[in-house]
Amino acid sequence: MSSTAEQLSTRHLLGIKDLNESDIQLILNTASNFKEVLNRPIKKVPSLRDITIANVFFENSTRTRLSFELAEKRLSADIVNFAASSSSVSKGETLIDTVNNILAMKVDMIVMRHPYAGAGVFLSKHVNAQIVNAGDGAHEHPTQALLDSFSIRERFGDVAGRKVAIIGDITHSRVALSNILCLQKQGAEVMVCGPTTLIPKYITSLGVKVEHDLMKALNWCDVANMLRIQLERQDIAYFPSLREYSMLYGLNKTLLDSLDKEITIMHPGPINRGVEITSDVADSAHSIILDQVENGVAVRMAVLYLLAGQRG
Amino acid sequence: MKQSILLDGPKFQITIQRLCRQLIENHGDFSNTVIIGIQPRGTFLARCIVKELEKMLGTSILSGDLDITFYRDDFRRKGNDGPILANSTNINFIVEGKKVILMDDVLWTGRTIRSAMDAIQAFGRAERIELLVLVDRRFSRQIPIQPDYIGIQVDSIDSQKVIVNWQESDNQDSIILVTEKK
Repeated sequence: MSSTAEQLSTRHLLGIKDLNESDIQLILNTASNFKEVLNRPIKKVPSLRDITIANVFFENSTRTRLSFELAEKRLSADIVNFAASSSSVSKGETLIDTVNNILAMKVDMIVMRHPYAGAGVFLSKHVNAQIVNAGDGAHEHPTQALLDSFSIRERFGDVAGRKVAIIGDITHSRVALSNILCLQKQGAEVMVCGPTTLIPKYITSLGVKVEHDLMKALNWCDVANMLRIQLERQDIAYFPSLREYSMLYGLNKTLLDSLDKEITIMHPGPINRGVEITSDVADSAHSIILDQVENGVAVRMAVLYLLAGQRG
Repeated sequence: MKQSILLDGPKFQITIQRLCRQLIENHGDFSNTVIIGIQPRGTFLARCIVKELEKMLGTSILSGDLDITFYRDDFRRKGNDGPILANSTNINFIVEGKKVILMDDVLWTGRTIRSAMDAIQAFGRAERIELLVLVDRRFSRQIPIQPDYIGIQVDSIDSQKVIVNWQESDNQDSIILVTEKK
């Protein structure tokens, strides 16, 4: 009989900010167990068979939504999907009303993506369900940061002491903030790199290094996490042209080959091939982009399993 | 707290050897049989038996560890301690068409074994599943599960505990009955 029981220090997963180091380790260790489950002929366990989860997406998503949906199904949870574009939100219903209506149908957990920062925190204070943040505006995307850490750990054995450069559109990226917090809590060094206009002015207060020269950043790091230019969140022009951005901050094979060491390339997706990363890099042996996607399901299973475990 | 030793020393070894002989009687050279130890404590028993069988037969036997945490029926019902954490599962083969012998140190309510039978299905449809336990706590089953091979049988009450120690982890092979004094 297993005897060890531990639990997360939070009831919801709203952001990495609320997690402590042992929470992160607990999630990553549990994710390793689920990764083994996902390699079995039958990839399903009955742990969450009495739990109903609503996936509430107010913003487009492919990977995260599929990944959450698969994680929920592999745990045997019942799920309902909700996309804002095809719902009564367009008829003027408020967020709390929408979610309370979903909860009235006896739903236990809400996985939510929303274009506004803090939507998950707001909801957690007003409704009686466990909330998992699947991305809120340019704020946080905790499960992405956790799966990135899981992938780094899988590649290097440990996150502590690693040098990770996050390169690209830092200002509009929720992946950047969650990753910075998650990596730092595990003892990694973090650098952000990009054009001045795409790096927030006060980012140094988080204790990260700032670099504007891509080559210097690549020479410094063990892992380069390339971010997409988030054109949908940019209301003004932050750089002259995509072509110029790509020339200065795009990662290509020539650049990688000119380094005197091997670095690991990550990308949270979706990739804009030829902009922040060229195809020969994205598809090379340095890249662990598809491992990240694979690990995403295991990490989300771990998060849902641990949160569900707190219910009485 | 009162502790009484139920089995240790040479008698412990004799029991293990008897179990091995019984297994050979039914499974011959183990060419189509695999041994699965249930995490965490059943894996010590499985390793011990596999080692002994390999010595007797001179061949290697397919074996693995199975963790049943995600298949438990009491996940979330353990008070406020949070979810039960998993141990590792190491099964590098498919059990399709094979005979599976599940091994655990103590059989009590039977719920762990039920979970294990559920869990092993994820690795294929076994031809047959058998159960070997070192200690059978009689008259305490909550579901209708009985072992095929038994080390010793013990009559105990719910408040008592049966603990199996292993050389590998506890520096001695022994079975102990612990009674909490009121």
